[in-house]
Amino acid sequence: MALNSYVLLVILGSGLVTWLSRVVPFILLKQFKLPKVVVNFLGFVPICIMTALWMESLLIQHLGQFPTLNVPNALASIPTLISAMISKNLLIIVIVGVISLAVINLVM
Amino acid sequence: MRVTGDLDMRSALKETLPTVFGYIGIALAFGITARANGLSVLEIFLMSLITYAGSAEFVIVSLIALHAGIGSIVMSVFLVNARMILMSTVVAPYLSKESMAKNIWAGTLLTDETFALSMNKLNFTDHQLNFRWLDTANIFAYLVWGFTSAIGGMLGNLINNPEKYGFSFALVAMFIGLLYLQMISDRAIKLTIQFIVVIFVAVLMFLGMKWLPQNGLLLVVTLLGCGFGVVLKHGTK
Repeated sequence: MALNSYVLLVILGSGLVTWLSRVVPFILLKQFKLPKVVVNFLGFVPICIMTALWMESLLIQHLGQFPTLNVPNALASIPTLISAMISKNLLIIVIVGVISLAVINLVM
Repeated sequence: MRVTGDLDMRSALKETLPTVFGYIGIALAFGITARANGLSVLEIFLMSLITYAGSAEFVIVSLIALHAGIGSIVMSVFLVNARMILMSTVVAPYLSKESMAKNIWAGTLLTDETFALSMNKLNFTDHQLNFRWLDTANIFAYLVWGFTSAIGGMLGNLINNPEKYGFSFALVAMFIGLLYLQMISDRAIKLTIQFIVVIFVAVLMFLGMKWLPQNGLLLVVTLLGCGFGVVLKHGTK
């Protein structure tokens, strides 16, 4: 099996920066406590990140212009959101989402 | 299958299932895409085990296909993954009583998804988290991601257009579900405030796409959203 040295260096380099992003906060926060205002700030991270990740999948970027809508993903979001409200069960939500997009792709 | 207040291995495995299901779809798609862009199965496997960066791995493959410089690829990956700094910062305080080695290990395998699962879990455990639960979720997700990407690489050219099967939506669906669950169960922040912040972030993402490349945008918008949230929370007290 081929292992190209350029690809290996990319893997190692990007692995290192990703690992540092993940681990350094754990090392620092083992020793220091965060001030209250930062804790409050971080309390919003979950909803902000999840909303941003969702939006990223709904929009298609064209730098310099406003993004366009990813129609299949936007449509699939509707039954997914409804299933979340009804079931509150993550596995069901994921299955409904996947089936919704598959059906939409089939029809469109 | 509902999330429980238990922090043992069994509940971790059960609660990670939706993530694993999503990873299988995305990792297969990743393996297939990477193979189509000329990477070997070994390279695909190593990238998923060493870089372990989900969406950033797709970015890497597209940049490798363009023969981009190593430095610029690493820089892009850093930008895409800088949000991990925020997520680790949020999770770390819950493990600060565990040993340094366990903290480093938990951080090493933390992803968007296990982060989001942890945040949801906190709403059921009286804001407790432990190493065993997070580690089980992390390792389960990690192994599935690594091996399934390799399988995707082996399937390689047998399947084209992996997107059409809908699996690419699995993780988006998970974030929609977790966002909803987070909003209805997080009592530390009022629902109306959360709702306004969500709309604010959505609008900023839309506007921001015109000016900033997606790689850095997500982090900038998240930071602005958190700042806005803090202002709202204190302004309405």
